[in-house]
Amino acid sequence: MELTDNNKGRRDFLKKSTALAAGAFASPVLVKAAENDERIAALFEKIPLQLQVNGKAYQLSTEPRVTLLDLLREQLHLTGTKKGCDHGQCGACTVHVDGKRINSCLSLAVMNNGKKITTIEGLADGDKLHPMQEAFIKHDGFQCGYCTPGQIMSAVACIKEGHAGSAEEIREYMSGNICRCGAYPNIVDAVMEVKKGGKAL
Amino acid sequence: MINFDYIRPSTAKAAVDARTKKAASQFIAGGTNLVDLMKRGVTAPESLIDINGLPLKQITADAKGILIGALALNSDVAEHALIKSKYPLLAMALNAGASAQLRNMATMGGNMMQRTRCTYFYDTTMPCNKRQPGSGCGALKGYNRMHAVFGASEKCIAVHPSDMCVALAALDATVHISGPKADRKILFSDFHRLPGDTPELDNNLQKGELITGIHIPANSFNKNHYLKIRDRASYAFALVSVAVALETNGNTIKNARLAMGGVAHKPWRLVKTEQWLAGKQLTKETFTAAATMAMEGAAGFGYNDFKIKMGKAAVTEALQQAAL
Repeated sequence: MELTDNNKGRRDFLKKSTALAAGAFASPVLVKAAENDERIAALFEKIPLQLQVNGKAYQLSTEPRVTLLDLLREQLHLTGTKKGCDHGQCGACTVHVDGKRINSCLSLAVMNNGKKITTIEGLADGDKLHPMQEAFIKHDGFQCGYCTPGQIMSAVACIKEGHAGSAEEIREYMSGNICRCGAYPNIVDAVMEVKKGGKAL
Repeated sequence: MINFDYIRPSTAKAAVDARTKKAASQFIAGGTNLVDLMKRGVTAPESLIDINGLPLKQITADAKGILIGALALNSDVAEHALIKSKYPLLAMALNAGASAQLRNMATMGGNMMQRTRCTYFYDTTMPCNKRQPGSGCGALKGYNRMHAVFGASEKCIAVHPSDMCVALAALDATVHISGPKADRKILFSDFHRLPGDTPELDNNLQKGELITGIHIPANSFNKNHYLKIRDRASYAFALVSVAVALETNGNTIKNARLAMGGVAHKPWRLVKTEQWLAGKQLTKETFTAAATMAMEGAAGFGYNDFKIKMGKAAVTEALQQAAL
């Protein structure tokens, strides 16, 4: 909310300063500049946004250019979701929106108004890890760990969608998540084990 | 990313009105391509018109075929029971595109509107007639491995990146459009353009027009295959792709549809080869002869010369796979 007030302050300042300038000199150029400033002020307007993230409701406001990824990390401080390529090519930013996995780096936050978001922070039940998190540890499904939150979110969705029927199918439907350490065989093993375990995810 | 105004209309009419009134505006649906282009500074709209609130997500069968709303998700269409059973070519092409995450965001209309992945188009320090008309084509004498072998011009040799569109072109789909003056329908094959002297225009939509749906006519194609050849096993754009739909009676082809992706500025329908295939037998000789005919007139630009040989092999293989 503090940010919104700052924004309002900035807009008021722009209005006052340009009105003053236009009044003082009344030059057509400055009057034109005042109109431009007003347009700039409008562009920086924040848009109200309601989200439910990991079961908790949030009333937020954001500039339209902010992605869901940046909003999660920088406004809500949920930094488990990683920024990898920031262009939808690596999958590190994968979250669930209304139960579907998406790349949060390519989704504008304002386009998710009223939706339910699940991030890696929302998978565990208190100290009890989610079966997919357990399986990644057991099968050593990572080395550096940077892609892991995205891999795990994608893996949970992969099973829920019914696309984890074989190692081959898992590789195809997990292809949107890149692991530069090359932990792929172990990731496939982890997904297969959770699938075979048959637990509700 | 340069900031912009954001509006969220709830009817197609309001969306079309806003798009018509605001000069530097664009529609946004899934955003998977547009947000990327805005981050890279390739495009910088002053207003985004979010159309996700419009009631255009339905998939409805009618007596003449199936109507897919422009906002239906690529993943939902690929998993739809009727699409899988009656239009399997479309499901195959959709599943060959992008990743599971992107297919959960990308819409049918948005897929049609995606821009080329030509690296010169994406790199704002390079000349590109599509991005900046008159600046030249960096790819023409540059690193053009991904580029067109059909229908290119001196101004632009980029290819359309979609898999879905290749299947829709093959299946004789029709595009439903809402506009400021009237609604209209155009054949899918007439939707995208060749570059000619105006490569900045990807398609034949007029200012303010909005895609509302795609209709695919019912068909009797009993043998379908979408073959995609790319640099890795999954999640990469096509070097060459082939969509095949055949209606056969025993060993005889009654009716054929054939289109290629990754080879031109638009999905490349091979009408002459389709007509030649009618009445032929399902044999290796037929497929090879069809592939030779399909690649007639193909011309490379150096690094993409391999696509001519690859295209012939791909058409042969796709026909063979369909015939199995």
